[in-house]
Amino acid sequence: MRFVRRTWAVVRKDVLIERRTKETVNAVVFFSVLLLFVFEFTLGADRERLAAVLPGLLWLAVLLAALLGLGRTFVLERENDCWEALLLTPGDKGAVYVGKLAGNGLLMALVETIVLLLFTLFLNVDVAGALPGLLLVLALGTVGIAAVGTLFGAMTAHVRARELLFPVLLLPALVPVLLAIVRSTEALLAGESLGTVDHWLKLLVAADVIYVVAGLLTFDVLLEG
Amino acid sequence: MVAATGPDPVIRVVGVRKVFGLAPVLDGVSLDVHGGETVGLLGPNGTGKTTLLKILATVIRPTRGTARVAGHDCVREPEDVRREVGLLAHESHLYEDLTAMENLVFWQRFAGERVRNDSLRAVLEEVELDHCADLRVRTFSAGMKRRLSLARLCLGRPRVLLLDEPFSSLDQRARKWLEQYLQDFAARGGAILMATHAFGAELDVADRLVILVSGRLIVDAPRGTMTADEIHRFYTLHTEEAS
Repeated sequence: MRFVRRTWAVVRKDVLIERRTKETVNAVVFFSVLLLFVFEFTLGADRERLAAVLPGLLWLAVLLAALLGLGRTFVLERENDCWEALLLTPGDKGAVYVGKLAGNGLLMALVETIVLLLFTLFLNVDVAGALPGLLLVLALGTVGIAAVGTLFGAMTAHVRARELLFPVLLLPALVPVLLAIVRSTEALLAGESLGTVDHWLKLLVAADVIYVVAGLLTFDVLLEG
Repeated sequence: MVAATGPDPVIRVVGVRKVFGLAPVLDGVSLDVHGGETVGLLGPNGTGKTTLLKILATVIRPTRGTARVAGHDCVREPEDVRREVGLLAHESHLYEDLTAMENLVFWQRFAGERVRNDSLRAVLEEVELDHCADLRVRTFSAGMKRRLSLARLCLGRPRVLLLDEPFSSLDQRARKWLEQYLQDFAARGGAILMATHAFGAELDVADRLVILVSGRLIVDAPRGTMTADEIHRFYTLHTEEAS
């Protein structure tokens, strides 16, 4: 119960601060819209070419926007050295990880909703038929990306070149997740059923479990430095 | 105020050495602080005062020696030590975009405790910030942030206060208030270790003074045995020798 209360405290605090400052949300949403404009100009009206690269573009937009947000996860805690106060408050520090993970999940869900909406509007893509399966892939992909992003965000929080180091660490670790989500999305948008991509979904679930457990087990050590 | 000298000190530091890189910041420091006692830790900048406080607060580990708080080892039992200690650091440990009240609510929730708004209001009243409970911390002066940090510390009901330059940024009224607060805390049996490099009236709250120069403890004497001038002369002499 204490763990839940601590986790909820972190989520609530981060959401409240973000609602007031809008620092991350504004940057991430604006960046997503810019990316879509770039895609639109690059691909033009060639529907065949668009259909072939759509899954990759969709996840590229989500991933690049997420990189901006995830890298800032612990920046807030550096102000006035709140990181130290989190460390010195007795109790399971895993709650900070789960709270930040949930916050990042919410941010990514917002980005995905906007990107998906803009894709259907700007690129004239019909995702309605694939939506239930796509939502499942988006949810599993979000957990995986947010789990690794939160962990590496904590790892690089005190590093001087964190903006450079963060994507360099994050992207290789995300290869299994990226592979599974792009392939699943490709199949689902091509009209295939969820059953045909179950091996990718199993890989996604396994990666999510491994990343979340690894985050929970190592976060104490990271926070203690 | 009379210093308690019972057999079991609340803070016990024995032969603590801390090395950053090749340079020792603390070199064989030993110190006891008893319940009900306020110890002033004096020393020039960079002499190891903050390092000693952070070792006792379990933020950093000593290279050698032992530090214990309320019987718990700071290296082996950090969580037990954290339950007993409140650290008032240079940084405020506050979120600038939350209000004073929201900061206290967050830290109480994060400690795993149920939030009772009336008791938090009472804490804010105690530090004379009840009138700005709903203002964002970003709008606070340095002195107000200091008082709110102290309020945050007291939520955990610590037995030991580790204070790093607690009187800095405080105006005359706030200084008086803090002096009274610390005296009340010590009178309730709490132990206070207060680092400072000032020789002003704030030293009046200390029962004992210890002077740290170049990582070594060179004086440990009851407050009443030295006048402010003597402390200053002694301090200057040793600081010059060390440099």
